[in-house]
Amino acid sequence: MRGSRALPLASSRPLLRPRLRTALVAYLFLAPALVLLGVFTFAPLVFGTLLAFADYNILRPPRWVGLENFRILLEDPAFWVALRNSLRYLAVVPAIQLVALLLALLVNRRLAGITLFRAAYYVPVITSFAVAGLMWNWMYAQHGVMNWVGLRLGLLPRPFDWLNHPTLALYAVMLVTFWKGIGYYMVLYLAGLQALPQELLEAARVDGAGRFRTFLSVTLPMLRPTLLLCTLLSTLAAVKVFEEVYVMTGGGPFGQTTTALLYVYQKAFQEFRFGLAAAAGLFVAVIGLVLSLLHVRIFREGGLRPW
Amino acid sequence: MVTKLRSAVGHMLLYGLLGVVALFTLFPFLWTLRTALSTAGSVFTFPPRFLPEKAGLGNFTEVVRTLPVGRYFLNSVVLTVYGVTGTLAVASLAAYPLARLDFPGRNLLLLALLGTLLLPNEAGFVVNFLTLSQLGLVNTYTGVVLPSLASVVGIFLLRQAYLAIPQELVDAARVDGASEFRIWAQIVLPLSRPALAALGVFSFVAHWNSFIWPLVVLKDPDRYPLAVGLLYLQGLFAHSTRLIAAGTVLAMLPILAVFCFAQRFFLRGLEGALR
Repeated sequence: MRGSRALPLASSRPLLRPRLRTALVAYLFLAPALVLLGVFTFAPLVFGTLLAFADYNILRPPRWVGLENFRILLEDPAFWVALRNSLRYLAVVPAIQLVALLLALLVNRRLAGITLFRAAYYVPVITSFAVAGLMWNWMYAQHGVMNWVGLRLGLLPRPFDWLNHPTLALYAVMLVTFWKGIGYYMVLYLAGLQALPQELLEAARVDGAGRFRTFLSVTLPMLRPTLLLCTLLSTLAAVKVFEEVYVMTGGGPFGQTTTALLYVYQKAFQEFRFGLAAAAGLFVAVIGLVLSLLHVRIFREGGLRPW
Repeated sequence: MVTKLRSAVGHMLLYGLLGVVALFTLFPFLWTLRTALSTAGSVFTFPPRFLPEKAGLGNFTEVVRTLPVGRYFLNSVVLTVYGVTGTLAVASLAAYPLARLDFPGRNLLLLALLGTLLLPNEAGFVVNFLTLSQLGLVNTYTGVVLPSLASVVGIFLLRQAYLAIPQELVDAARVDGASEFRIWAQIVLPLSRPALAALGVFSFVAHWNSFIWPLVVLKDPDRYPLAVGLLYLQGLFAHSTRLIAAGTVLAMLPILAVFCFAQRFFLRGLEGALR
C-alpha cells in the first residue's frame, strides 16, 4: 500500500525536502484530531489511572493515597451491589443475540414490505435513552400497559410496581436494553448473512440439506466473525450499562439497581469524590478487558462449535 | 394447489410473526403518541384506552407555551449543528493524510487510533470533566461538544472512502501544481459525499440524543437540550404526563425525519461502510 500511494514527484527530486514537506502537510491536516484525541482520549487513559490512587475533590489539590481508594471500594457494600448488578446484566446478552439473529434470518428475504419491518425494528436504536426511559416509565406505571398485559394473561395477581422492586426492577430495565438492542444487532447479522457466498448455501441445498441443517452446518460456522463481534460488543455494553438504569430507576430502590458505571457517576458528580470514582472506573475497565479476552479465547478454541 | 396453499399459510405466519415483533418495538412510541394527542380524560385508566377519548394538538401548543420546551428544542438544534459540523470538519481533515499521504508515523497513528476503540476508558469521563473545568468550559456548549468531536470511527469511515478515489485523479491535480489542501477540498471531498452524508447522519443522531454528558457539563437549566430538559421537567412536573409526552414526541420528530430519508445508512450496517 505504501509504494502505490507514494508521491510520484518524490523520485525526481532530492529526497529529504519533499518528504519533510509531506510530513508537515500531513500533520497539519491531522492537528485538530490529534489535539482533541490527545486531550480527551489519550490523556484520560493516563490521568484516569493516576487519579485512582489519589484523593481529589476539586477544592483541594490532589493527594496521593496509594491503594486507599480500592480499600474503600472493597469495603463499600454499595460497590459490591453495583458490581453484582453489572454482572447480572450479562443475562441480557444471550436474549438479545438470539432474537437479533433470528430476526436477521427472518427479514433476510425478498418480501413485500420487508424494509418497513426492518425499519420498525431499528427505530428504538436511534431513540435517545432519555426518550426511551420516559416512554418505558409510562409502560411500567401502576396503571400502565405492562401491568394490564400481565393481568390479562394471568401472569400477575394484581398490578405490580415494577421499577420499585428490589430485584425485579433490574430485569424490568433489561427489557428496555433488549428493546433498544435487537434492531442494532439484527442489522449487523443481516450484513453478515448477506456477505455469505451464495454458492455455498446452494451447494448445501443441492446436496439435499434441509433449511435447518444448512443453517447449522453452513451458515452458522461461516457467521463466526459476526457472532464474535456482536456477542463481544453486547457483553461489554452489558457490563458498562448505565444510561437506561439512570433514567429509569436512578439506581433505586435503596441503591438496589445501581450498576458499576452508575456508581462511578454518582461518586464523581454527586459526591465529588473523583479519586474514588476513577478507582471504580478502573475496576470496571479491568473487568471489561478480562471479559473480552475470555470471550475471544472461548471463540477461538471452539467453545462455540457443537456442529 | 396444495403447495400454493402451504406457501400462503407460510406467508401469513411469517407476516404474523414480523407484525408481533413490530408491535413490540413500536408500541411505546404509539402509546406516547396516544397520550400526547389525548386532550381529555385520565391518562392512566384500567383497562387502558388505546385510542384517546378526545384527540387534538392542544398538548403540543400548551407544552411550548407553558414549559420551556421550545427553548430546549432550539438548544438541541444549536448543539447538534455545532457537533455535526465539528465532527465532519475534524474527521474529513484527519482522514486525508491517513489515506493519501505517505509520511513518517502513519502506521503508528493508525494503530493508536484503532487502540482508542479497543482500550477501555471508564474513568475517562471523570477526567474529561476535570479538564473542562480547568479550561473554564463547564456550562458551555463547547464543553458539551469538544470531548466527542474527534470521532475515530468517523475518521476510519472517511479514510475508507478516500482510499477508493482513483489515484490518477489525484496525480493529475498534483502535476498541475495543486496543493494538498486544494486536492482535498476540490477533488477528494466532493467525491466522498456519500460517506460524508453517512457520518453526518450518524453524528446528528448521536448529538441529538446525547443526554448524560450535557447533564454533567451544563449547570444552567436554560441551556439544557431537549433530551435533558424533558427528564428535568418530568422531575419537576410529575403530574403533567400529557405535556411531557407531547415534548417526547417533539424530541423524536427530527430523528424520525432523518431516519426516513437516510434509512439505508443505518440499515446497511456501519461495519459494511467500514470494511
